[in-house]
Amino acid sequence: MQFFKMPTALAAGLILAGPAAAQGIDETINGLFDQYTSWYVALIFADLPGTNFSWIALWLVVAALIFTWYFGAIQLKGFTHSIKLVKGDYSDPNDAGEVSHFQALATALSGTVGLGNIAGVAVAVSIGGPGATFWMIIAGLFGMATKFTECTLGVKYRNEYADGTVSGGPMYYITKGFRERGLKGGPAVAILFCIFTILGALGGGNMFQANQAHAQLSGVLGEYPGWITGVILAIVTFAVIAGGLKSIARVTEKVVPFMAIFYVIVSVLILILNADQILWAFGQIFQGAFTGLGVVGGFTGALIQGFRRAAFSNEAGIGSAAIAHSAVRTKEPVTEGYVALLEPFIDTVVICTMTALVIVITGVLNQDPETGLYIWNAEAGQIRTDGNVSGVELTSAAYAQVFPWFPVLLAIAVVLFAFSTMLSWSYYGLKAWTYLFGEGKTKELVFKTIFCLFIIVGSAASLGPVIDFSDAMLFSMAVVNVIALYFLMPIVRQELDQYVARLRSGEIKKFN
Amino acid sequence: MSNEVFVVAYEGGGGGSNVLDYAIARAKKEGAELRLVHVLEWSPYQFLTPEELEERHARRNDEVRRAQAHIIDPAIEKARTAGVTATGDLSYGSVVPLVAKAAKSCGASMIFVGRSGSDSIGARIFGSVPLGLAQIASVPTVIVP
Repeated sequence: MQFFKMPTALAAGLILAGPAAAQGIDETINGLFDQYTSWYVALIFADLPGTNFSWIALWLVVAALIFTWYFGAIQLKGFTHSIKLVKGDYSDPNDAGEVSHFQALATALSGTVGLGNIAGVAVAVSIGGPGATFWMIIAGLFGMATKFTECTLGVKYRNEYADGTVSGGPMYYITKGFRERGLKGGPAVAILFCIFTILGALGGGNMFQANQAHAQLSGVLGEYPGWITGVILAIVTFAVIAGGLKSIARVTEKVVPFMAIFYVIVSVLILILNADQILWAFGQIFQGAFTGLGVVGGFTGALIQGFRRAAFSNEAGIGSAAIAHSAVRTKEPVTEGYVALLEPFIDTVVICTMTALVIVITGVLNQDPETGLYIWNAEAGQIRTDGNVSGVELTSAAYAQVFPWFPVLLAIAVVLFAFSTMLSWSYYGLKAWTYLFGEGKTKELVFKTIFCLFIIVGSAASLGPVIDFSDAMLFSMAVVNVIALYFLMPIVRQELDQYVARLRSGEIKKFN
Repeated sequence: MSNEVFVVAYEGGGGGSNVLDYAIARAKKEGAELRLVHVLEWSPYQFLTPEELEERHARRNDEVRRAQAHIIDPAIEKARTAGVTATGDLSYGSVVPLVAKAAKSCGASMIFVGRSGSDSIGARIFGSVPLGLAQIASVPTVIVP
């Protein structure tokens, strides 16, 4: 509880004590943060005995490969069908006014597209080298099958209440699906998933976002204490999630997709302006993927960073998207699985790759001109970069090489992305919270208050402990969720086979 | 009694009163039936928050109930009182194509639509419902001031 009390208790004093004291508070929070979370982070990212390959990365890779094999490379075979579903080709006109496939996908994407694509990629590339991009793309492509599995189950086992509202997600498919298959332990596994979701919402869905929003803002406005950004973000978030200022949420939901599109356009422009270097950049990515190009850990270093950041960015296997996708109006759960598999593709294969290419092409990662290897900064634990920056500041520096005005725009985008992701995760966290403790205004207010206090902690903590804790929490969700997916994948297979058979026979009609 | 059907693009409220009165008068004179089409503006490409997704089905039910009770039913009753047979149609989507589609599907001979009353730049650039119908309707369209 020290976390919750400290920032607010000292906030008033800080205003009087000045910047020096405020900086001290940041350091104190960092210290406490590190002290209380490092053991868990170490456990989640522990290496397999005798290797430097973390078991959790292997966990997700194996899961994605198994789902890809089990569903017959659904991400390749079903890609065009996914596009048709999003376009509404198979949507019954009588269902107009209900949640469309596009809407479910867009909402889920606004929870995933964001800082993972901007800051996460920069972290992956600066630690794992350009080669991390290759593994990120591979993880994104295979992760599509994982997303397909979890979102199909999300719709199939959602709860539909008498008032017409719906609730879905892993906690529901774990409980109902396990019962249906005669498996014991469903409720206990669902509870465990909810605990990790709440912690994931506070970690990756909150503190990492707040932290990077502050990093970008202080990069543009000049250094100032993190808690200031935290308090402002916490107040606005609290006003939206607890105070009913829904208009802010609506505006954010509408602006964020345009920001994402603009980000992609700017990235494409930079690539066009440096068209002669694109092949070289891909060369660096492929070469780095298997040799490391001077990165500590070599091939495995690049691979681990790529997989870690891809999972953090597209959330395949984490289970969060199943919560958002479960609201779609469809009689065929598997259609939402098809639609959801586009999410890792858009998020990781398209947007993350754009960021990585721009970072590599603009040369912000320092290379030894003689050997062509990247210069390792042992003290920072990453490749030496211009200005020794990392995370979102590295992405900002890369884009600023071509468009000097970009950092200001990126600061706005980062804050909006961070805010939008925080809103999505406050919802996911709340769903897990109410699953555990039941619904009720007071119970919900307790979670919302804790969520907002963690925004302040996240803004003040340094990048290292926050990013590690964020990852650890998200991957904990994946541990539970993927186990459940293994048990429930035969149900998805059955759904898929039936759907494909009816599609082929013409029973499922195309409306447009 | 003719077999003619007139479609009324009916938005309800104060703005819909003139077009409804006029359509009832014309239908009575011609012995035609009225088909009232009320469209709730909706795009499957709108962006929604997670809470909005969760509540969408319930909200849609509410919207349909409210539109039926406060817009369609009173208008049908008004027509019946005037001795004109009327039916109602509620749908979600874009007004212009849906009204034109309804007119086509029921073989209507005429569409009645209220003047939008807007001369804003937005209406001039993107067009208004009466203008849109005038452009795409397959039957004569009467714009009622």
